[in-house]
Amino acid sequence: MTLQEARALGTVMETPAPRPSRARFSLGRWLLPVYSALALIFLLVPIVYTFVFSFNDSLKSNISWRGFTLDKWTNVCAAQGVCEAFGNSILIGVIATLAATTLGTAIAIALVRYRFRFRTGVNLLLFLPMATPEVVLGAGLAAEFLGLGADMGLVTIILAHTMFCISFVVVTVKARVTSLDPALEEAGRDLYASPGQVFWRITFPLLLPGIVAAALLSFALSFDDFIITNFNSGTTDTFPKFIYVSAARGVPAEANVIASAVFILAIVLVLAQQISAAARRKRLAKVQ
Amino acid sequence: MAGGVFAESGADLELVGIQKRFPGFTAIEGMDLTIPAGSFFALLGPSGCGKTTTLRLVAGLEEATAGRILIGGKDVTDTKPYQRPVNTVFQSYALFPHMTIIENVAFGLRRRKIADATGKAHEALRLVELDHLAARRPQQLSGGQQQRVALARAIVNRPALLLLDEPLGALDLKLRRQMQLELKSIQEEVGLTFLHVTHDQEEAMTMADTVAVMNKGKIEQLGAPEVLYELPRTAFVANFLGQSNLFTGPVEGTTGDSISVNVEGNRIVVPKSRAQRHSGEVTVGARPEKLTLHVTEPKPEAGTNLLGPGRVIDVSFSGVSTQYIVAIPGLGSIVVFAQNMGVGPLVGEGTETWVSWKVEHGFGLEDEAPRQPRFSSDTDTASIALEKKRALMSELEEA
Repeated sequence: MTLQEARALGTVMETPAPRPSRARFSLGRWLLPVYSALALIFLLVPIVYTFVFSFNDSLKSNISWRGFTLDKWTNVCAAQGVCEAFGNSILIGVIATLAATTLGTAIAIALVRYRFRFRTGVNLLLFLPMATPEVVLGAGLAAEFLGLGADMGLVTIILAHTMFCISFVVVTVKARVTSLDPALEEAGRDLYASPGQVFWRITFPLLLPGIVAAALLSFALSFDDFIITNFNSGTTDTFPKFIYVSAARGVPAEANVIASAVFILAIVLVLAQQISAAARRKRLAKVQ
Repeated sequence: MAGGVFAESGADLELVGIQKRFPGFTAIEGMDLTIPAGSFFALLGPSGCGKTTTLRLVAGLEEATAGRILIGGKDVTDTKPYQRPVNTVFQSYALFPHMTIIENVAFGLRRRKIADATGKAHEALRLVELDHLAARRPQQLSGGQQQRVALARAIVNRPALLLLDEPLGALDLKLRRQMQLELKSIQEEVGLTFLHVTHDQEEAMTMADTVAVMNKGKIEQLGAPEVLYELPRTAFVANFLGQSNLFTGPVEGTTGDSISVNVEGNRIVVPKSRAQRHSGEVTVGARPEKLTLHVTEPKPEAGTNLLGPGRVIDVSFSGVSTQYIVAIPGLGSIVVFAQNMGVGPLVGEGTETWVSWKVEHGFGLEDEAPRQPRFSSDTDTASIALEKKRALMSELEEA
């Protein structure tokens, strides 16, 4: 047995074995793949279950298999409220993402590029929404909205989502701003670009990868959020809330359809990105 | 906008009483400087001497604490960088990584809405012989090529004044020498005023018509490279621009056109016209290549300074010449450069030698040779930046 294999096994040997046994050798060889396969299966079972049961010819509850059908995919909005909840989630996600990304990007640039009073304080405050338990945030916000006499609904949900998404946007974009050479912006100013032109033609395009990453993260966080939403939504339904509520009497298969569709869309986007990046690398290599 | 009309030739640059203070230290103190149109001017100095700050002030990237900046007679002190007829070649090149080479070069023209920006950009790229790479991105080019693109991006705008911030600092020695010649010929070709900042004395002397040696936020001496080298006025210039052997002592006699200085019992004669001070304690010196080594004691002659005997304590051979270090009791170490006309070094270590030079090659300084500090001073850029950061941090904590 080589030293590397011993390490892979995680065994600490007091004395080197004079003749390595075959059993240990094959264990070292099989342990990692088997372990990895088990971990992957564990991760994928809920997703596969959701996908398979989106084709179930269910009546009220979608727990036992009653036969294959495509009806649920073709008539997604048949179940009461599912499409409305999904639409709300998308609307909230888009608006909260736009607001949080715009505000967060501006904050990130200010924190890196300028020195001002309470800069350290702002940095600290931005971490709070990430560190505070969601239940506390949700309950606290609900109390505030109640105190203000605000109607719980789309507006309060969007405000709540924007609030916690900003922190993640700032952290993501800040990393990008830090790596941006200030000389590039100076070169822009030197080459007759006005402050606005410097921002839109130099700073913004160079920050764009970070901004897009931050926006995707915001949207995912917003779309996914249940706890804070539940406190601040009143009677308005979002997709996670719809599933939570309907879980008591059985989640309709239409919800599985939407969940599977979202999952497939995400996978397709990631694959497309990977393929285009590989193509670009190839093209760059060719030019050089 | 600066009106879109730019000089086809260079313009004068005039700095009047410029002062620049950063929190905690003064980078430039009372600087007056005039750079005539069409000249190649070098600001030479060690890091932290304020040369880059001067350049950034002219570009408008920093604001002067006091003083005026005039370009072609027009006061630009209060204008923004994009309103000044000035372009900069940055030390890091600062090419826009998300644009192609041609887009980079055309950037300034497009902002000023100049007709046929692309055509003019191609022309500028042809000048630096990189037109065939116009469609590439900066990261696909080598360091030397990026440097030339940065140059093309600046000169395509025909600025009245071109600022070069150590543009050759990141290149290797061979490429640097080649680019020095290229820069010089481009300057002659386009006829613009170049202001070049560098810490490389050889680079400054090869390229510039006029060199200003800066130290601690002030210009120590300004003039043509030959004049600065042959007749340095201060100890800093004598040692920063090449090497010098310096001796300090009281003036003990004056003849019609020369003074003689007593250095630990040795007499050193310097022409009055080449000495800044003619009485009291003075520092005089001579360049190592002006010195001659003798292995037997030569007869004292009028018009020659003779020191010795001493012993050779170090010989280093460098191809064209050999550097000898001779220790003479009471005078310390004297550096002598000798051309290798014959074969190999003339003398070995430990040889007893005398050193002589012609009186007309000596010079007298206006200040005293500083005692050599054991550690370099803490006024270089990095420690200044650190200091500045600390000051800001404490300021913010107080807030």
